[in-house]
Amino acid sequence: MVKPILLFGYGNLSRGDDALGPLFLEYVESHFDLTNIDLLTDFQLQIEHALDLENRQLVLFIDASVACVNAFDFSELTPAKDDSYTTHAMSPAAVLAVYQSIKKQSPPPCFLLAIKGESFDLGEGMSVNAESNLSAACQFVKQLLDSPRLYAWRDFINV
Amino acid sequence: MYEHLETAEQTENLKRVVVDPVSRVEGHGKVTLLLDENNKVQQARLHIVEFRGFERFIQGRPYWELPVLVQRLCGICPVSHHLAAAKAIDQLVGIDPENLPVSADKLRRLLHFGQVMQSHALHFFHLSSPDLLFGFESDIGKRNIIAVLTDYPDIGLQGVKLRKYGQEVIRMVSGKRIHGTGAIAGGMNKSLTKAERDYLLEDIDQMITWAAGSVALIKKVHCSNLPYYDDFATIRTNYLGLTKPDGALELYHGGIRAKNVEGETILDHFDYCNYNDIIHEEVRSWTYMKFPYLLSLGKEDGWYRVGPLARVNNCDYINTPLAEAARVEFKAHTGEAMVHSTLAFHWTRLIEVLHCAESIKELLHDPDIMGHDLVAQGERRFEGIGVIEAPRGTLFHHYQVDENDIVTKANLIVSTTSNNMAMNESVRQVAAEYLSGRELTEPLLNNLEVAIRAYDPCLSCATHAVGKMPLQLELVDAQGQLIDKLIKHDDGQIERDSQF
Repeated sequence: MVKPILLFGYGNLSRGDDALGPLFLEYVESHFDLTNIDLLTDFQLQIEHALDLENRQLVLFIDASVACVNAFDFSELTPAKDDSYTTHAMSPAAVLAVYQSIKKQSPPPCFLLAIKGESFDLGEGMSVNAESNLSAACQFVKQLLDSPRLYAWRDFINV
Repeated sequence: MYEHLETAEQTENLKRVVVDPVSRVEGHGKVTLLLDENNKVQQARLHIVEFRGFERFIQGRPYWELPVLVQRLCGICPVSHHLAAAKAIDQLVGIDPENLPVSADKLRRLLHFGQVMQSHALHFFHLSSPDLLFGFESDIGKRNIIAVLTDYPDIGLQGVKLRKYGQEVIRMVSGKRIHGTGAIAGGMNKSLTKAERDYLLEDIDQMITWAAGSVALIKKVHCSNLPYYDDFATIRTNYLGLTKPDGALELYHGGIRAKNVEGETILDHFDYCNYNDIIHEEVRSWTYMKFPYLLSLGKEDGWYRVGPLARVNNCDYINTPLAEAARVEFKAHTGEAMVHSTLAFHWTRLIEVLHCAESIKELLHDPDIMGHDLVAQGERRFEGIGVIEAPRGTLFHHYQVDENDIVTKANLIVSTTSNNMAMNESVRQVAAEYLSGRELTEPLLNNLEVAIRAYDPCLSCATHAVGKMPLQLELVDAQGQLIDKLIKHDDGQIERDSQF
């Protein structure tokens, strides 16, 4: 039985700031009641992850991003046939588009928490700035998980 | 062969075209072409991001961390690195493959079949089927998984679910879909519960049916235009891979077999622990990527291909009935001892998916996978070598450790490195036979990517930060002036640089 909320943090723990997504999940795992929350991690997004969205009420993708405007950007996702389907690593919007194609229905409400990173080399530790950004994102998630409702999450969108 | 196109004699007045990055492959690679004033190709090269960081990443760490650590080398086949490292550190604790507990051996094989199945399914259905179903020079807007799901919904959905099933096998055996710690030095850390076994059994017959259907599909696609498919990007090469002692297809453990262009055996049942005696790596000035070759044949003639085409070409038979029937049909289609068609990588990849599905079913019915004798230990050693047939081909992990269990030396030969020369030759074949003399367009340049994609190369690892990897095509005239530039953005939009 899947839980109504899915938090999906993805990235590679051994590639510097790429670890932001998985480390964010570790924080959630140790600080929150997970009765209604599934945590999922992977190196990168792929087509089969569309099936992980089934029967969810709210989905939050968490990823490192070099394109962040703020320390973290929180946005709502819509399905998009973007260029990422031409690589082994898909964007969350492309995963939603796969869901839509497979299920012939709209995906559940999905949001992206992009945490600003800057350094992604193999074997590197996390940068100082990324650690600070992770900390800010971890503070922010408390607001989200205290109000696990679509309209409440929409109020938190900052980009 | 097309080695004469590796380095042009005079480069001063040649136009330079760059395909950067090559899409629908893992990691970052680029192709550069040098053209004369008549658009005749004078030089073609595939450049690949080097894996040099791997060894430094590993050295200095305690050996028991390796099976988990090396998974982070690659987001596409972490399980292959996991198992190759595990086989190597088995030796560090004094356990050779034949001494691994039976349950541990079978659980590792189950894990590996799941990995190969999901990797191959992703490659075919997601990354290559758009080219194969819509055409190599079809509109770029069609060459993607969404278009496949729209126009061929059943095929697209089967691809997603085959991939998902392979991931579920990995999750059940290792505890997690990624970052699992299934294999440890000398064995495995858990067996399958009855509930986990029954869960996987629920869908396995469906997976076998779909896998068999995918073999029929690729055969139909390939044979629908046989002369083209047997010629495109095709090069005549040696092949290398592991086989079982009786010559059967083997993905987890066996001896090295190499065959030449005619199918004659170069070496057989060779102990991979002595790989340094037969394989050397050449360095070339224009790339950091090495060029492995068989020492006995020399640099010029000793390069070889690895991966599904090599494995199916090299083996005497496959020990599961449906895959074996598919292999026989495949080998018969040319009438030659070896099939050299580069696009036949797809066909053989799907034969292996079928073999994996059949093998998973067989193992799920084997009570040993629920056994509890999972770890063995022997006399401590200071050097370990693990070799496995990863989805893309033969993968070598070689470690030396000191008395404090710290890795002092690591050497990895990944399958994409073994295919380096072959991929370059295929690029040159396509450049010479399909592009040379024509006005270059994006659909035409996709032919180069189709050739590379057939090998399913893993060009780097799992970094995937949002906002990276745009594609740029630059056209430079004979005087070295940039005369055109196309940019493909992350959202898929293609625009011409505003100055042109």
